[in-house]
Amino acid sequence: MLTVFLQFLFSGLTVGSVYALVGMGFNIIYNATSIINLAQGEFVVVGGLMMWFFSDSLHLPFIVSICLTILSAGLVGLLMERLTIRPLKSHDLLLMIMVTISVSIVLRGILAFKFGKDPYDYPAFSEGDPLNIGGAIIQQQTLWVIGITGLCIILLYLFYNKTIIGKAMRACAVDTTAAQLVGINVSRMVMISFVLSAMVGAIGGIAITPISLMEYDNGPMLAVKGFCAAIMGGLGRGRGAVIGGFSIGILESMTAGYLHSGLKDAVALVILLLVLFLKPAGILGSSAAARLRKF
Amino acid sequence: MKRTILCAAFFLSIFIFASSLVAPCTAAEPYRIGAVFSVTGAASFLGEPEKNSAILLQDQINKAGGVNGHPLEVIIEDSKSDETQAVLSAKKLLERDKVLAIIGPSTTGESMALVPILNVAKTPMISCATGAGITQPVNERHWIFKVAQYDFSVAEALFAHMKKHGISKVGILTITTGFGDAGRKALHDMAPKYGITIVADERYGPKDSDMTTQLTKVKAIGAQAVINWSVGPGQVVVTKNWYALKMGIPLYQSHGWGSKKNIELAGKAAEGVISPLGRLVVWDKLSDKQQQKSLLKKFTSDYEARFKNEPGTFGGHAYDSLTMIVEALRKVGPDKNKIRDYIETRIKKWPGTGGIFNMSPQDHCGLDKDAFEMVVVKNADWALTK
Repeated sequence: MLTVFLQFLFSGLTVGSVYALVGMGFNIIYNATSIINLAQGEFVVVGGLMMWFFSDSLHLPFIVSICLTILSAGLVGLLMERLTIRPLKSHDLLLMIMVTISVSIVLRGILAFKFGKDPYDYPAFSEGDPLNIGGAIIQQQTLWVIGITGLCIILLYLFYNKTIIGKAMRACAVDTTAAQLVGINVSRMVMISFVLSAMVGAIGGIAITPISLMEYDNGPMLAVKGFCAAIMGGLGRGRGAVIGGFSIGILESMTAGYLHSGLKDAVALVILLLVLFLKPAGILGSSAAARLRKF
Repeated sequence: MKRTILCAAFFLSIFIFASSLVAPCTAAEPYRIGAVFSVTGAASFLGEPEKNSAILLQDQINKAGGVNGHPLEVIIEDSKSDETQAVLSAKKLLERDKVLAIIGPSTTGESMALVPILNVAKTPMISCATGAGITQPVNERHWIFKVAQYDFSVAEALFAHMKKHGISKVGILTITTGFGDAGRKALHDMAPKYGITIVADERYGPKDSDMTTQLTKVKAIGAQAVINWSVGPGQVVVTKNWYALKMGIPLYQSHGWGSKKNIELAGKAAEGVISPLGRLVVWDKLSDKQQQKSLLKKFTSDYEARFKNEPGTFGGHAYDSLTMIVEALRKVGPDKNKIRDYIETRIKKWPGTGGIFNMSPQDHCGLDKDAFEMVVVKNADWALTK
């Protein structure tokens, strides 16, 4: 019985780590701009598919492929900000969010055109059999995903709290006008946030593709689940997205295991609603900060 | 003098221009066939190869002189995997293009939406979808045929194989799309007939990334085999999870498994996976005496040469439906009534890509579980099994 429970738990961790990584990407842009970037899922898809392109199609070495993939995703983020967010005359947040939806549709079209409708994958980062823990198995790649998620959290924490750019980005999120008055180049911060979030998304895509395969149209599903993770943990809180992601993943898996697999999406969403009813700021969010939020 | 020459040149150019307009009209009137395929949208994995196959066949027929001297024109409409759009496409084909028959649509839902329209328009339609409701009850489906094997034939082929190998308790995994719903129903309907009990009935979404939980449940409850019924990356994920769990019970896949791409993606995890597949994907493994072999060989190699991709079972459906209509056109001419009658009564022991068809007034599909070969994955390739 314990074995079965452990297996459900590991399955939840595998799925949850994916949600957590996507959720973190939402937070980066939200923190700097208060925009909810609904093209976040497409950044993940770009990561997975470009990684396939560099490593399996061009046969470049593993590390080189990873670097090139992250750079090209950063470029996608940069172009997105320069071409669609910056030229907007109005600073209406709702409008900007709608722009991100259209960007996600355009990106999906380009990906379908370039990569076709087939799913892609490439070998896991480390060879070898899945690990056996107490009779339950966990794929090595899952450990990689969890490790990479952890690394991203630490790096982002250091970036936001120890570097001047990171602090400036946080200032922009709190009050754009005030940030401008103290001499922060707000538009550059917005640009950096898009590049950074595209890179984090791509890292997620690179890590999860060997587990779940990657298709041109995986973006919306990833965005919805990642967004739930970010909301559940408290929008804007880096660690919150991780807690939210893993909670949703494990909840889904336990529901599928002990109730029925047809119910898993519904139960996870009901729990999400309950959390929001009882603690609208999310698990980690403070309600004082939530009141200041534009969204 | 100069003026006369100019005048002459002017009239000459008008004459040449006018005659170039008239010229094509002197050739025989083309025979128009409509096609409604899900080229884009959720079911594009069906519509894409179907569209390609129809274009391939049209070009081959026209190159060989057309149908009784008439060029064949296949007008392809994209239904965007949407019922409403499929209805609009069919109306356009019937009213504006005055087509003689329609092939497609690609999915069961879209086909069901077109049934009443084609019955009113008294135009034959050959659907490329699997649902039994498309052609049954047959007395209300006078004008409707289909070339894709029934879902319940797939279930029967699976259960017959299990019965032979002493399996009586199975766990099923189905995808939460129309494809999976239809499969789940077929499996439940057919299981009692073969003395098989479904002990676990699990589902998963089309974009789910891990099915370990569902498989663990199936194993814990004591099933002797797993059936996975889906299309798309889900079947690869299930295969990888099944392999990682070392479940010790066989994994059966539905007919959606029939693409080499799946074996490539699943790698060594795919070894030993069993599935009922149409002969199209395993034509090179068939004996030379098999009736379908030569046509399968020609179709797949022509398709691969032109589109650099495999046609798959679905491309074959478009090929079968168009070939049937063209054969009827050759024999009876452009008369909708006669085309319908020909397909219903004269398509007997007719080798197509989907199987050997036996149409009759009672059965507008003409295929049963014998249309499938049980295929196992061996050394990263298909192998026939008993």
